[in-house]
Amino acid sequence: MQANNILILGVNHKTAPVEIRERLAFSGDDRLPLRELLEETGCSECCILSTCNRVEIITVSSQPEESSGALRRFLFGKSGLSEDESKKYSYLHQGDEAITHLFRVGASLDSMIVGEPQILGQLKQAYKIASEADTTGAILNRFMHKSFSVAKRIRTETSIGSSAVSISYAAVEMAKKIFGDLQGKAVMLIGAGEMAELAAEHLINQGVSQVVVVNRTFERAVKLARQFNGKAASLDELIPQLEHIDILISSTGAPGLVLRKDDVKPVMKQRHNRPLFLIDIAVPRDLDPDLNNLDNVYLYDIDDLQQVVDVNKAERDKEAARGESIVAEETMKFSQWLEGMEVSPTIVELRRKAELICQAELARTLNNLKNDLPDKARASIEKMAGAIVGKLLHDPIIYLKGEDRHNSDRSQKLATVRQVFGLDRDRPDSSSADD
Amino acid sequence: MTLLFQLTFYLYLFVTVSYLVFFFNQNQRIRTLARYGMVLAAVSHLAYTVVRFLVVGYTPITSNHEAVSFFALAICWSYLSFRWRYNVKNFGVFVSPIIMILMTVAAFSSQKATDLSPVMQSLWLPVHASISIVANGFLALAFCGGIMYLLQEREIKGKRFGLFYTRLPSLEALDSLNNHCLTTGFSLLTLGIITGSLWAKQAFGAYWQWDPKETWSLIAWFLYAAILHQRFTAGWRRRKAAIMAIVGFLVVLFTFWGVNFILGGIHSYAG
Repeated sequence: MQANNILILGVNHKTAPVEIRERLAFSGDDRLPLRELLEETGCSECCILSTCNRVEIITVSSQPEESSGALRRFLFGKSGLSEDESKKYSYLHQGDEAITHLFRVGASLDSMIVGEPQILGQLKQAYKIASEADTTGAILNRFMHKSFSVAKRIRTETSIGSSAVSISYAAVEMAKKIFGDLQGKAVMLIGAGEMAELAAEHLINQGVSQVVVVNRTFERAVKLARQFNGKAASLDELIPQLEHIDILISSTGAPGLVLRKDDVKPVMKQRHNRPLFLIDIAVPRDLDPDLNNLDNVYLYDIDDLQQVVDVNKAERDKEAARGESIVAEETMKFSQWLEGMEVSPTIVELRRKAELICQAELARTLNNLKNDLPDKARASIEKMAGAIVGKLLHDPIIYLKGEDRHNSDRSQKLATVRQVFGLDRDRPDSSSADD
Repeated sequence: MTLLFQLTFYLYLFVTVSYLVFFFNQNQRIRTLARYGMVLAAVSHLAYTVVRFLVVGYTPITSNHEAVSFFALAICWSYLSFRWRYNVKNFGVFVSPIIMILMTVAAFSSQKATDLSPVMQSLWLPVHASISIVANGFLALAFCGGIMYLLQEREIKGKRFGLFYTRLPSLEALDSLNNHCLTTGFSLLTLGIITGSLWAKQAFGAYWQWDPKETWSLIAWFLYAAILHQRFTAGWRRRKAAIMAIVGFLVVLFTFWGVNFILGGIHSYAG
């Protein structure tokens, strides 16, 4: 099998605007287009990945030149775009480039938010549908599985997906850095706003058990408290309530400060110096910047949180670079495997393996019989061993050389023989089927 | 015997270097190496101490070399015992250099066996001295925890996210590490002082004789007692507790060394 037989045609968020992508998308678990694709394009295996950010057709074809045109017609057929436009919006990867591309997609190196984990699940789902529709064969099976294991490897060996890249998640990350476990902690919301509510929701998902909502108008507070299953309090209760909470998120529209250093200082004594994490996402700010100077009080305003996000983004970019080098390494390995997926290299490898076994066993036996054996007998034994090996390999080789009606039949055959004779075993996880 | 000491020394060196390399490049494989290395070093160090005990015929805890080496051993094993129950990210990175410094000191002091005075030839020697030094081991861990806490808090509070922010655990984890090591260390220190005074009664006829080392360990004891008391009543947690753990350990170090070299007394190391 030549690497060039692998083709990927696709559009993603970088090459095409959403108006174009939505016209090309395939619906969830539709198997029909997969069968149509094989019929119309002459490809032997295919899989379609369709998400909101990308549509990718991953195929194996024995006539890549002809298939690529047909693939483009298939993808853009119903979109009403001209051929020039379709070329402008899409990309076609072939061979090593295609291998690298799929590995990058699976590992979320090609995503809009690098490192987001959903794409791998979507890719697995796409593969599941294709294999249920029976449009994948030996090559794609291995190719897709490999892309999963590469993604997994990148996720474990780099910290590409481990840090928060939005303000509300950054707040959660900081809370965890301060409190460790958020189980059983209490949060107070002052004022309301989309970002504050989002942060509160994230905190609750992480185990925060108690929510207190404070608002200038008590009715709003009650309404919001009900949403979080918490309790409402009036603005006068704000300071006494501070004793019982651990995290405070403030986002009022008040023109001045809501909470001053001198308000909080005595409370810290009552709290036995348990730490207090104050998040101020209001502009103009609600919380006195001097609060940060109190012992065990940590004050973050929106710029500070943005800084956390920036640091994390930079960290992700660094990790992504490490991910790219893993992709390059795995691409090379996979492409070597593909080269072996041809009749003649497989036969060569088969013979070499048999020859090695034969030599090793002969050496062992003849060593044991060192002195009891005349040279003539020795030569006969060697000849016999060679003959047994040759005859045993005869039929598998004839089977390999036999004519095939279809390209995918041949790769299936090769895969079987290589597996039966363990030809890929020296390469790690050759038979792995992750997940 | 010397060979075992050298083996232990180089194992610790390997562990320390691996941990430092890991701290910067975050390569998981290096950390695994360092972890296994630590266990290996702990075992080899213990073997060295046992062999020395058999060869010299007394608990090897009387000369500067022996006491310092035992101190390092105590830190190493209290670290492993802690590590067995809790997981504090990158704790080993901070503990291993301290062990390494002590081992270097031990390597450069005279390794001659000493003749023990009759007073020292007592069952109280291993009991009193080893309890006291294991107490020091836990207090050394609290010291590391305190340093880690201050480094981490500085970045969180100052909002300058540098080397430590991602690499160190949460403040809560560091504070409970501090708490655990302080309470264990303090209990052992108390026990060390009690066994010491019982021994003194037997050997010199008085429970307490204001030997410099006794005085200084009493100072350390009061300091730690104050930390723990304040922790439970007024909430000396976290930052204050971290600073106090560092100060306390400096007093312990002075008790361990400074007293011998500067003030002298019955606790002076032989050799």
